[in-house]
Amino acid sequence: MNIDELRDHLCGQYPDLCPLFSIEFGDGTLQVECRGLYDAAADLKSLGFDMLGMVTAVDRGEHFEMVYRLTSREMSVGMFLKCLVPRDKPHTRSLYDLWPAALWQEREVYDLFGIEFDGHPDLRRIMLPEDWVGHPLRKDYQDERIIKRPDYI
Amino acid sequence: MAIVDRVGSALEHGPGRVVLSSLDALFDWARSHSQWVMPMGTACCAMEMIASFPFTKFDSDRHGVIPQADPRHADVMVVAGTITRKMQPAVIRLYEQMPDPKWVIAMGNCTVSGGIFYYDTYSVVRGVDEFLPVDVYIAGCPPRPEAVQDALMQLREKIRQESIGPNTRHVRKLTLPGPGESRASVEPSEPGEVG
Ligand code: SF4
Repeated sequence: MNIDELRDHLCGQYPDLCPLFSIEFGDGTLQVECRGLYDAAADLKSLGFDMLGMVTAVDRGEHFEMVYRLTSREMSVGMFLKCLVPRDKPHTRSLYDLWPAALWQEREVYDLFGIEFDGHPDLRRIMLPEDWVGHPLRKDYQDERIIKRPDYI
Repeated sequence: MAIVDRVGSALEHGPGRVVLSSLDALFDWARSHSQWVMPMGTACCAMEMIASFPFTKFDSDRHGVIPQADPRHADVMVVAGTITRKMQPAVIRLYEQMPDPKWVIAMGNCTVSGGIFYYDTYSVVRGVDEFLPVDVYIAGCPPRPEAVQDALMQLREKIRQESIGPNTRHVRKLTLPGPGESRASVEPSEPGEVG
């Protein structure tokens, strides 16, 4: 299945999701409000996206952008699901109920970006030691142990 | 090795010195020909270490170098690969489990200085000598197998120079950094005290 067929399929099944669908860099992308993230994800799951390959986030300054990579083995097509969470008190609904693969990936996002996942059964740090202070993948992360690389010409 | 301690300190002074140097020769000969190595591998260098001495065609058994996954039976710890701050307590724990006398080889740029992770990183320890007493450093990213074997030979030479007296032991007190501190402090402890 290619991208256009995927769009037709999506628009046929879920017309309300259709205007949110776009094609970015050749990949299908569904940009939703974080309030409706769980419902959109559930819709996509029933559409046939049975695999959550990646959960990550991007620091966009005022917001964090949550990025979920979904794949359908049956239709052999992948797409992105994105939503913007505000920077202060960032939190969003966990997708663990839909894809258990989210368990550790959301812990990683929590660890490195500090985004909380409501409904996550075991939200702890996963990469860094438990007593670590701060979230290193935020652009404003400060740590006096970091040595800046000097500017060579 | 408590008995060696006692014999050593009793003999170190006065006419016993002669006996001690013969004992030195005996113990050094024995120790330098049986370096049981605990591979402490974490990253790409771990793969290179596996390819370099313990399990391959280079036949390190002929030097008495035998891989020993259990720290309690090992003499030499080869730290190969990037040590992160999360891994650091585990490395210290393993080092402390090794019986004295014990030696450490730092293999690869990451364990020597942090290597490619020296700059702009928040999670990597810049060299295991921040918290372990290292005997031999191997440069390279990763080092060639020849370099690793050469390090084992260098270590053997080093062991041959040592004395079994209590003052020359590789004992240091290891303390983990607190939440606000960046370095583990490495202090030499009192002679004869086992860390
Ligand atoms: S020194 Fe190079 S090869 Fe060895 S662990 Fe570091 S990056 Fe990997």
